[in-house]
Order: sequence, then C-alpha cells, then structure tokens
Amino acid sequence: MIAVKAFDAIVIGGGGAGLRAALALGDAGKKIAVISKVFPTRSHTVAAQGGINAALGNVQHDDDWRYHFYDTVLGSDFLGDQDAIEYMCKEAPRTIIELEHMGLPFSRDENGKIYQRAFGGQSRFFGKEPVKRTCAAADRTGHALLHTLYQQNVAKRTQFFNEWFVLDLVKNQHGAVVGVSAIDIVSGELCYFMARQTVLATGGAGRIYHSSTNAYICTGDGLAMAWRAGICLQDMEMWQFHPTGLYGSGILISEGTRGEGGRLLNSQGDYYMTKYSSMADLACRDIVARSSMEEIIHGRGCGPKKDHVLLDIRELSEETIAQKLPGITEISKIYAGIDPKQDPIPVVPTVHYLMGGIPTTPYGEVINHKNGKDEIVPGLFAAGECACVSVHGANRLGANSLLDIVVFGRAVGQRIQEVDNASQVQEASRTDIEAAFSAYYEMEERTEGDAFVSFREPMQRLMQDDFGVYREEEKMQKGLGSLQELRQNFHKSAYYKDKSSVFNTSRIEAFEMRNLLDVAVSTAQSALTRKESRGAHSRVDYPKRDDQNWLCHSIVHYDGGFEKRMVNNSPKEVEPVALKERH
Amino acid sequence: MQINIQRFDPDKDENPYMKTYTVDTSAFHGVMLLDALEYIKTALDDSLAIRRSCGGGVCGSDGMNVNGKNGLACQTLLKELPEKVTIYPMPGMPVIRDLVVDMSQFYQHYDSVEPYLQSDTSDLEAEQLQSEEDRAKLDGLYECIMCGCCTSACPSSWWNPDKFVGPQGLLTAARFVLDSRDDKRDERLENLSDKYRLYRCRGIFNCTNVCPKGLNPTAAIAELRVQQSEGYNEL
Repeated sequence: MIAVKAFDAIVIGGGGAGLRAALALGDAGKKIAVISKVFPTRSHTVAAQGGINAALGNVQHDDDWRYHFYDTVLGSDFLGDQDAIEYMCKEAPRTIIELEHMGLPFSRDENGKIYQRAFGGQSRFFGKEPVKRTCAAADRTGHALLHTLYQQNVAKRTQFFNEWFVLDLVKNQHGAVVGVSAIDIVSGELCYFMARQTVLATGGAGRIYHSSTNAYICTGDGLAMAWRAGICLQDMEMWQFHPTGLYGSGILISEGTRGEGGRLLNSQGDYYMTKYSSMADLACRDIVARSSMEEIIHGRGCGPKKDHVLLDIRELSEETIAQKLPGITEISKIYAGIDPKQDPIPVVPTVHYLMGGIPTTPYGEVINHKNGKDEIVPGLFAAGECACVSVHGANRLGANSLLDIVVFGRAVGQRIQEVDNASQVQEASRTDIEAAFSAYYEMEERTEGDAFVSFREPMQRLMQDDFGVYREEEKMQKGLGSLQELRQNFHKSAYYKDKSSVFNTSRIEAFEMRNLLDVAVSTAQSALTRKESRGAHSRVDYPKRDDQNWLCHSIVHYDGGFEKRMVNNSPKEVEPVALKERH
Repeated sequence: MQINIQRFDPDKDENPYMKTYTVDTSAFHGVMLLDALEYIKTALDDSLAIRRSCGGGVCGSDGMNVNGKNGLACQTLLKELPEKVTIYPMPGMPVIRDLVVDMSQFYQHYDSVEPYLQSDTSDLEAEQLQSEEDRAKLDGLYECIMCGCCTSACPSSWWNPDKFVGPQGLLTAARFVLDSRDDKRDERLENLSDKYRLYRCRGIFNCTNVCPKGLNPTAAIAELRVQQSEGYNEL
C-alpha cells in the first residue's frame, strides 16, 4: 500500500523559483509542501554569479524598464513572447526591492544603493547607449538569492520534504494533474503526494551534454515528467552556450567578469570581440559563444590543443577584483590553478541554460498545445528554467534568469491563490496513481540487463557532438536516430544492481538518467526540425534567420509529433519591438 | 591511488567497515576527489552513497573527512593528496549511509538563530540604504554554504550537540547582528545569552581551519561576545 500525503498545493523543486512560489503560496494561506531532491540551498540557483537585472536606475537615472524590455526581446532574437517579457521587465524593480527587504546582501554603491554593473546585451535608449542594470551581490548573487529565499521560508515555517525524489505526475481521467509519485531518498519509502495544484520548479537539464556549467542534479526531471504525461515541450533546441565556462571542469565564470571590464583573448594576443560585435565583449551570449568558436575553428585557440580561449582581467584594479569578483578569483585558483591577476583564465563556450521548456502563460499555468490549439492543463504550473513562458526566446540575456525565477515563481503562487478552489473535486483512481509508479516498479524489479550508467556517456557524447554550438542536418539526423535507439534500449534493459532502501543514490540516478534521455530526444527533435538559425540555434546549412517560416515556437510531443506555435507580439502598454537584425 | 572509505548500510551492516578502492586517476576526466568518487560509483561500486550537487564548491553538499580533515570533495585536488587516502563521513553527526550524514540537528541550530532579516522599516516601496562600510561587515559571513565542515570539526559541538549552536549557526547569527538593516540586535544577542549556545566555544579554531570558503567562524563568535559585552537591552 502506498502512503498518501495531501496538500492544497505542492512545489517540486527547492531552487529560486520553487522557494519564491512557496512564499507566495504560504502568504495565500495554502497548505503546501516543497518537495526537493536535495536540501534547498544545494539547488543550482546557488551557482548563479553575476546578478539580476532590473531598471532601478541607481547608476544611470534615466534607465527604464522599457529599455530592458527592448533588450530582452532583441536578445531573444524575437522568439520571446513580448507580453511575458513586458510583465517581467516591468515587475523587475519592485521585485529587487522586495528581495532587498527580505535581506539579500546586495553589494552597494557609494550612495548606499544597490550596486549595478554592466552585462551582456543591455542598453539604454533602445540600443543606443550602454547601461549598468545588473544588481549584484559581488559575484555570488545566486548564492545570496537562494539563501535569502530559503531563510524567508524558515521564517514562514514552510513544510519541506527534502531529499525526496519525484518520479512522475499523477494525472486523472479528466486530464487534470492531481499530484505526484515520489520516493523518500533517505528511507526508500514511496508516497503519493496528493494536491489540487502542482508546481514544477525543477530547473534545467544541462547534464544531457558532456560538458556543462550545470550541477550534477540538473537532470530535467520536471521537463521529462511533463512530457511523458502528454504535455508538449517548447523550443527545446534553444540551449545557451555560456561563452566562459572554465576550460576543463566547465565551472561557470561569470559574465560579470566582462561586465567589470574583462576581455576575451585569442592565442595571437587579439582581443577579438571588437571584430565581431559593436558591443564587443558585452554582446549577447550566443554571439560571443559563436565568436569564440570561430577563433578556435580558425586555429587561433589557446593551449596545446588550441581548443579554448582566454579571459583577461589583468587590467582591472585590485580593488575591483577583490570586491566585485572574489568568487571567480577563488574558482580560478582552485579549479584552474591560476591567479587571474597574473594570468588570463582559460575558458570555452559551455552548455549553460535551456531557454525552452514547458510552455506556460505569464502566470505560470501550463499550456498544452495540441492540434494548433492552446489548452491549460488543470492543476499544473511551472516556473523557472523548466518553464518556457517564454521570456528568453532563442537567447537569454545574462542576469535575466534570476529575475525570471523570482518574478514567475511569485506569479505562480499568486495565480494559484486566485484559481484554487478547496471544493474542487480532485480524484485520482487507483489506476491513475499506479500508472505514476509503473516505471518505478519496472526498473526496480529488473535484476539484469544494461547498467543504467552505461547510457550516460553515449548520450552526452551525441549531444555534445551533434547538437553543439553549430548544427547540421545530417549529423542531427543520425544523432536523433541514435538517441531514440538509446532511449528504447534504456526502457527495455536499463537496471541498477543496488536494490537497498536507505539513501540508494544509484536508484535515484537511474531515474534521473531516464529523464535526461527524454530531454535529449526532445532537444534533438526540435533542433532537427527548425531549419533556420536563430539565437542559440545555429545551423551551418541554414545560416540565416527565416522569419517567414520560423518566427514561431517549436512544439514537440512525446509521440514524435511537431507543431509550430505563434509567438506573442502584443505587449499591453508598449509598442511591440519590430523585427530587425542583431549585431 | 588507494582510497579507503568507511562504508555502512544500516539495512545490512551491523557495524561500519573500511573498504579499499584502487583507483587509476588517468581512467577518468577530472582532477578533484569528487571526480574519483564519481568514478568509483560509476565503474567500481555503484552502492557507494555520497551527496553531491554543483561540483564547484558553492552548494555545500559533499563535505567529508579526508585524511583526518573535513573538506569538500569537489575542491580537494587529487594531486595534493598522498597515495593513500582515507575518507570518513563528517564526524559528530549520525551516519545515514556511507558518507551521507544526518544534518538535522545542524539545520535546527541554524533555524534557532532566526536566520532571516528582521527590519521594522515600513517603507516597502524603496530599497533600504546601506553604506559600503556597513555592507562590508557582512563579508566573510554571508558566503557560508552550510556544508557543515566547521560544526562537524568542533569538539564543543560533539560534547553538547543539542545545546551549543556551533560555528555555522553562530556565524549566521553574526551575519544578522551585524546587518545595519536588522532591528533585532538585542533579541538576537539575548537569544544566545545562556551558558551553552554561544559560550561553549573554546576558541580552538578547528572551524576556521576546515572552512572550505575560507571563512572565520571563531572571529564571528568573538564578535558576538564583544557585542554582548558592549551591552544590550535585556528583554
């Protein structure tokens, strides 16, 4: 008999989006639980460094959220939904002030105001002047944000189920999501978490790639469970390569490093970004990542293998480095064995962030787009990296992800307050619940076959080689075929030897592997189908953006189906940004 | 290299035991101890239980005792370790399995210092100002990643695990006492004023020696005592 725990709402994931949603739900007086596979401060939000965007105007008083809106739409290469971007940018200043009141230890300027730095793709007067818009706590903004949100949840006495792993969504016969199936990692106990409202805030999935800035735990759990439950995924080809992952380990070196004046350098001693963009080192990430790849491809990479570039901060003042970039100094010393004051930092474009995900309304309600129509999935919400609102489109601006998670985490909580109705019948039959545990039992009972872990390396290699910064038809076609085969074999034969109950990480990783394979296949399907280059999706065989045919979201279904979905070009208060080329 | 790890699965082991793994460090990618442990899990023994998340020293998951000293596996360089490495779970905390410890009490102490800003300001529309000097007082305090290395290395925490707040909780208390935006300084100091919560620290710097972030909880504890000696309004 499987245990049942009942709540008004459950939040899956204890990162920034989940913790912000939990606060909003708590304020609404809901009986809620946060279910997280790690203790919340171990979530990947903690690794964000550079900052969080808001047009506070602390440095340049004439900054305005409308400029932030323009930059975000342009940065998205017009694949972002302008109504959602408008909402996020307009809400940003108030959101930062709210975080400040929660205690976030922002760095300060000489007037005692929140410190703001320059970041990629940010401007004033619609692209005319540079701007300092990124609010920062040194280069540890994600850490400061996540700990602050956790602390607020301690204050509010939020109920946590830490080190519980969610297996699948429970869906009833009416198509409503009515909770999740889960396993307590510590004891091995199974439980059906019954809830009228389920919020997915499970973060990214960078571990589908071989080299990634993402934590081990970024395994796309929410994406995969939604997809398996028959909900579509959107824009899954849109993976951001961060220009400055540390060479070797892939650990993130903040864009704030360039915001403070750092510059990229090739083996010939050229600061090459001036050649590629008028914004030089502060161009958008897709542009900088491609520029670095061009340098490497043309033999101007660094090191014996000429396979990376350098990030030079030697000209920055000691004071700037000590006060504004202490974290990256520490990372360079520990993980690259260099002191960035003396030697440039070896970096390479590295998978960092998924712009796509589970499509939602600007209030976080999950949309299932089927046969050309949007349908709201009753009982299911999503926020943060696993969601695709879409505010990032085909390329996210640096420091817009922390903003995304707090703005839409809060929006989800508030929306649930509006729509949740305690008298709403929420029934799941025994069969519905059992269906959400069936994969668990299947793999648990398998005692021979292929070790689940043997699927990891081939998947990560395929993704790295065939779905990297540059993509082309033939390689992707083969890559998709191999991934599908890999996934089929996984379902037929993957197993874990260790069947123990207590803290069995092998079992959990096997189910994470199952999720990763789903995400990898969805990425491959989308990438292969989109025959143009837009934002982070660069096809050598279709090098141009094709607004005629592809100014649309790509929707993939679990059964392999593909659809196009309209991009929203109707902000409420401002004129939509008209199509133009990016530089 | 030879890696000895204390193993224990409560379902089948009566007592913990040591297991030795011979690891060829050229067989895997990566230069950190965590990479070696991941290799062991992947290639040699899938039953080994560890916690890990970011792999970059910011999430605080993989604290463990390596050759007698607490630290994070993800920032312990293999080349700086001797040929023979012995790993125990962090001391002073109950073992759940292998290198995974029960940190409940550690988190309870954290909660007990009310680790959240308490400000009386009524103007919620504007940011609270804080001078650069006041903000600098939080440096060395707010960066804590709650890995538990310090508290687990502290004999005072071992002797009075339920009563002494421990270096992590006290570091956090100092982070809020020293925050110019916080209006509960007196209450916070009062909350630490019994014989045990603050004063069991004997100043031996074990916490500071092991902190993977280079923080100094002993100094933070000293600062709290200075603040107490300067006086506060008892409640």
